[in-house]
Amino acid sequence: MLRLETLAKRYKTGDHALKGVSLEVGRGQIVGLIGPSGAGKSTLIRCINRLVEPTGGKVFLGDLDLTAMGGADLRRARRRIGMIFQEYALVERLTVMENVLSGRLGYVPFWRSFLRRYPQADVDKAFALLERVGLAEHADKRADELSGGQRQRVGIARALEQDPELLLIDEPTASLDPKTSRQIMRLIREICEEQSLPAVINIHDVLLAKMFVDRIIGLTAGEVVFDGPPGELDDAVLTRIYGAEDWTAMQTAAAEDAEDAAVAHGAHGRHAGEGERSEERLAGLA
Amino acid sequence: MPVRQLDGRPVWQRRTTRRQWAIWAGWFAGVVLFVWCWELMTSRTIWAFVWDAPRQAADIGSRMLPPRWSYIDKLLWPLWDTLNIATLGTLLGIIIAVPVAFLAARNTTPSALFLRPVALFIIVASRSINSLIWALLLVSMIGPGLLAGIIAIGLRSIGFVGKLLYEAIEEIDESQVEAVRATGASGAQVLDYGIVPQILPAFAGISVFRWDINIRESTILGLVGAGGIGLQLQASLNTLAWPQVTMILLLVLGTVLVSEWVSAKVRHAVI
Repeated sequence: MLRLETLAKRYKTGDHALKGVSLEVGRGQIVGLIGPSGAGKSTLIRCINRLVEPTGGKVFLGDLDLTAMGGADLRRARRRIGMIFQEYALVERLTVMENVLSGRLGYVPFWRSFLRRYPQADVDKAFALLERVGLAEHADKRADELSGGQRQRVGIARALEQDPELLLIDEPTASLDPKTSRQIMRLIREICEEQSLPAVINIHDVLLAKMFVDRIIGLTAGEVVFDGPPGELDDAVLTRIYGAEDWTAMQTAAAEDAEDAAVAHGAHGRHAGEGERSEERLAGLA
Repeated sequence: MPVRQLDGRPVWQRRTTRRQWAIWAGWFAGVVLFVWCWELMTSRTIWAFVWDAPRQAADIGSRMLPPRWSYIDKLLWPLWDTLNIATLGTLLGIIIAVPVAFLAARNTTPSALFLRPVALFIIVASRSINSLIWALLLVSMIGPGLLAGIIAIGLRSIGFVGKLLYEAIEEIDESQVEAVRATGASGAQVLDYGIVPQILPAFAGISVFRWDINIRESTILGLVGAGGIGLQLQASLNTLAWPQVTMILLLVLGTVLVSEWVSAKVRHAVI
């Protein structure tokens, strides 16, 4: 489905962010990309849809060589790749609906997007997606009125509105609290399973990655140093990716965190107010 | 190096000694300049006139009061002209300034090597020439009247609106633009969804602020024949009709107050 061949990126500053990364992601596979800050995770994800221009190697989506494209071809390829961002990257001053519909920008002519006259099918799809992520009643709100978790759901709906064949997800939970992080990851996982969508998720929370992905790729200084199922991610491997650290202690602490979150969640569920309904519904799906 | 060793212990100071001396020298130079300018000013002033100033002011003041209220009949039409000069001039300025701002902003310019300097030059050129001087030039080119005033206000506004707008464009959150681009949007769509919503409040604020300034500027354009209430002001000054001058100044004051109130309301509403 997605194939990278010796993908390389050297920034003008001389920073060698990617040093020939090759990997393949199959249909419906959810890949977690872990590694220390500055390992090139963000660069790797952005080289795939060429928000960052790779300096070497090739990216294939199916049979299409993305690195050889330009102009309109590249835009047509980008619309097949949904992207979800760390700080949500919603257009803050537009409504939730406009943000979701902006997923169709690659499909509709300029006048339609300018006049906000989207084909009814696109609008129907947007409503269905908002329903799916639990934000149906917020369609008319401005994006900056929503909470972090809600914004990320809009981000997910926008990416899915593109009818993507691949999801690129850049630190989806970095700005969220532990409970919301789990809900968002669970939502992403469910959606990928429903549509057998492959996804590449850039994630710095190792435990969250282990919980929700099928395969983990460890990136250090622009090179793949680990590629395997989450079960094989032991202390030795973590040390190889991140350097020496007391991994067992960290994982125990994080497990306790998770329990706390679960307890808090239980208590919360009993006094759920009107506005929390959607969150609860999502949690209930899990 | 603000941290140094003294008796084996680190001592922290805000500035290094050399830097501190440089600052003192700067202050000294400032004082010298002030004294020198004061000398120059006093030696070239005819003090007899200055001492006489309060009496002259009282004299003009007594001639200016009371205002000639009935003169307002002849002022309403020129006032309407003045408002039109300001509003149409602002519109003209905005229409030209918007594309110039997009060419001048580092993150939206299509060519940083050629078009950006051209756009920056347009902005600087427009800003460096006062609207009164634009009006003088235009009156001699296209003759006296409203049109000269409108174009003068418009030309002056390009620089103001263009500069503030391009700074607003450079300050946008790039991640929103990146997200829109990632959907496969075309250049025009990225502009429409990624950039315009972010600069819209700044744009509205800048435009209304400039309109407010232009109302004040257009009241004097008549002095050089570019139409509006300034024509009446000049006629009254020439004939030493001081009560009429007072009436005009009061009317201008009222207009400016109203325009300021309107622009404050509008800015408050959009931000």
